[in-house]
Amino acid sequence: MSHHIIEIKDLEYTYPDQTKAVKGLSLRILHGESVAIVGANGAGKSTLLSHLIGVLIPSAGTVRIGDYPLNKETLTHIRRSVGMVFQNPDDQLFMPTVFDDVAFGPLNMGLPPKETEERVMAALTTVGAVHLKDRPPYKLSGGQKRSVAIASVLSMLPDILVMDEPSDGLDPYCRRQLINLLKTFQHTKIIATHDLDLVVDLCERTVVLADGKIIADGPTLQIFTDDALLQTSHLERPLRMQGCPICNPKAD
Amino acid sequence: MFNFESRWLELRRLDELAAGDTKIHRLNPCIKIMTTAIFLIVVASFSKYEVSRLLPLFFYPVVLMNLAAVPFSIIAKRVLIALPFVVFIGIFNPLLDHTPSLQLGPLLVTNGWISFISILLRFILAISAALILVATTGMDAICSALLKMHIPRVFVIQLMFLYRYLYVLLEELFRTLTAYSLRSLRGNGLRYQVWGSLLGQLLLRTIDRAQKIYQAMLCRGFDGEIRLLRYHRLTKKDIAYVVGWSVFFLTARMVNIPQWLGALLVGRH
Amino acid sequence: MHMADALLSPAVGGAMWTVTAGLAAYSAKKVQKNLDEKKVPLMGVLGAFIFAAQMINFSIPATGSSGHLGGGMILAILLGPWAAFLTIASVLTVQALFFADGGLLALGCNIFNLGFFPCFIAYPLIYRQIIGPEPSRRRLFLAITAASVIGLQLGAFGVVLETFFSGLSELPVTAFLLLMQPIHLAIGLVEGLVTTAVILFVWRERPEILRTQPLGKLALKPILVSFLAITLVTAGGLSWFASNNPDGLEWSIAAITGPEELKGQSGLHDFFAVLQKKTAVFPDYTLAKADASTEEEVTGKKSTAWPGIDSGTSAAGIAGSILTLLLAGLIGKGLQATLSTKH
Repeated sequence: MSHHIIEIKDLEYTYPDQTKAVKGLSLRILHGESVAIVGANGAGKSTLLSHLIGVLIPSAGTVRIGDYPLNKETLTHIRRSVGMVFQNPDDQLFMPTVFDDVAFGPLNMGLPPKETEERVMAALTTVGAVHLKDRPPYKLSGGQKRSVAIASVLSMLPDILVMDEPSDGLDPYCRRQLINLLKTFQHTKIIATHDLDLVVDLCERTVVLADGKIIADGPTLQIFTDDALLQTSHLERPLRMQGCPICNPKAD
Repeated sequence: MFNFESRWLELRRLDELAAGDTKIHRLNPCIKIMTTAIFLIVVASFSKYEVSRLLPLFFYPVVLMNLAAVPFSIIAKRVLIALPFVVFIGIFNPLLDHTPSLQLGPLLVTNGWISFISILLRFILAISAALILVATTGMDAICSALLKMHIPRVFVIQLMFLYRYLYVLLEELFRTLTAYSLRSLRGNGLRYQVWGSLLGQLLLRTIDRAQKIYQAMLCRGFDGEIRLLRYHRLTKKDIAYVVGWSVFFLTARMVNIPQWLGALLVGRH
Repeated sequence: MHMADALLSPAVGGAMWTVTAGLAAYSAKKVQKNLDEKKVPLMGVLGAFIFAAQMINFSIPATGSSGHLGGGMILAILLGPWAAFLTIASVLTVQALFFADGGLLALGCNIFNLGFFPCFIAYPLIYRQIIGPEPSRRRLFLAITAASVIGLQLGAFGVVLETFFSGLSELPVTAFLLLMQPIHLAIGLVEGLVTTAVILFVWRERPEILRTQPLGKLALKPILVSFLAITLVTAGGLSWFASNNPDGLEWSIAAITGPEELKGQSGLHDFFAVLQKKTAVFPDYTLAKADASTEEEVTGKKSTAWPGIDSGTSAAGIAGSILTLLLAGLIGKGLQATLSTKH
């Protein structure tokens, strides 16, 4: 087993309406790494993520997840080792109850009822949502939905966790809970986000995308102190690295 | 347009009631559906001019409302709202049928009025039965029961999705309509110029959402078959429930209970 | 308008449930066979959309009144007839359960009235025919409006027949039709206009969604063939029935309350009796044996009440599709008559 190394070579992708979203991108992510993908809106983050789980197939170039090259035949295998948490949890929680949603993956994998139940309870315990198991999703708050969406992916025991804007719309407390939870995960984590402070907390490596290409790839703190780079990619320093407004008020 | 809100609130109210936990709630959903069906068929099978024989059947909704803590107001509200159509059709009975039936002192009651009252009674009984079923069972359990009863999977699973996304769509629509009414100065109905784009955009967003859901399903290994884990328990209580009520319904159908009770009270006349 | 439990007899209700269940099972098989199970999330979500859309009031310009969307046509256009039928059925099911719209016993009738006619009659036979291979704005408008109006007219007619054969209402068929059909004409027009507006919007923005599904000639043939067969049997059966029995309504009154009652009517009843004779929509139930003059009268009257429809074929077609209903109605009447002799 090549330890679930993710290898992307010269990836290109063009949407049906002729938008070239990714224009030649190469990336290598090792097992257990925690990588953030940042960049302006439209830089190609979601497109890149979609390739990691086979929602999109490359127009050119290759994607390799562990032992499997990405193509139509290997999709089932890839989806067993990669779990993706979507930006909008309502799109991801489509079953009548929380339990059903978390059980969906294991049941599709062919697990018998008893094992499925065990996996579901384990996943819900990890995210702290066991008391929600019989609730319909529409009765959940934003933070609860996010937790349950993560559980619905965890129950498949993936090795690689891909997340698209995980802290979007969460109140500060829930956001902190989420960060603490993700810190405990041993999986390979690939997180696309605008929340640069979350990146500082969780990811030791950051990849900066602009206009469908990688313009920087290195240790997080190094990237976030390169102001010129941040400016060209429509970013700023993480808020906690911008200086205290009381001690050092910025002259406007 | 803002009767939209009241319908939506009713929906949520019933949903909340369904999440309750009384003896009735814990009964097997197939049993409850069966009992409701038998009730409705028996009510409908009474002949046109039955009034007194229908009365004992009110025992069913009354008992259940109390045992299951379903407030009468919800049923009353629905009855009142749905009344106009039935009255509209039913009122022709007393207008057209003047055959005299009984004399209540100075009042001559015609067959037409009797059949009209019969219609109203059936109406109330039918509405009560349906609402009580939902209020004590809930959509999810009903769908599981339907699957157990071999209703086609495609239909039931699609029904589950409908219900799951109903609230999402109602909220989205509500937000859109509120935004519209805040900027339109002519009252609440949608002007025809906006019908197309308002609904059309909602429709396109809905279709996009369906596509995303489908992708999310694929990402979790969806292969065409939607699998569910459901446990069905059939206890003696369930059997006793449906048998007991059925015996009562059929008795009410065969025997004129009020007359019998009256005779008992007054002595054989 | 929905058919209500309160006006329904168990025989009619049961018969319609059987028909609807059969249709639903067949539709489900079709959807599965076409590997459209991946349509299931789309069906569910579109069903929720229609449910929500039905709650909106659309104000009609220059009349100050408002209308609602039924949704059958939109679903048929987007999903094809089989999936659309199941989706409408589920919308009606939720409405019957939560709002007692109609009722659970009448749900079979309502799914048939509001699902079968738009999806399996109006959509393939009217919408698809008018649209042709190349849709244009004008064609879409005509096709959708015509299909909506006709679908609703048929549905309303279904309600009338179901109510009549249940025998709980005194309203004679003619009078009921005169009430229902014009109202549903208006409702049908509103629905047609709203549906057109929405579909035109979608057609402008994302025409690929409206790419017409292959209906397949084979899919249509079984429906049409069984339709015709049922029509022939019914027409024959009806004429036999008519020759042996007087008008159904009077027959039932006579059976229940004795023949003297017929003389005791006055005022409104006379008016309707006269009206019924004059319009003679179903003269003694005989469609087959109608003589030339009554036929003309029927055609003449019908064409003013139902504009644009060739009354001859539509009457046969409609009557044909409700054979089960008629048989059930006869059994039901028999049951009621027998039981009420104890009265």
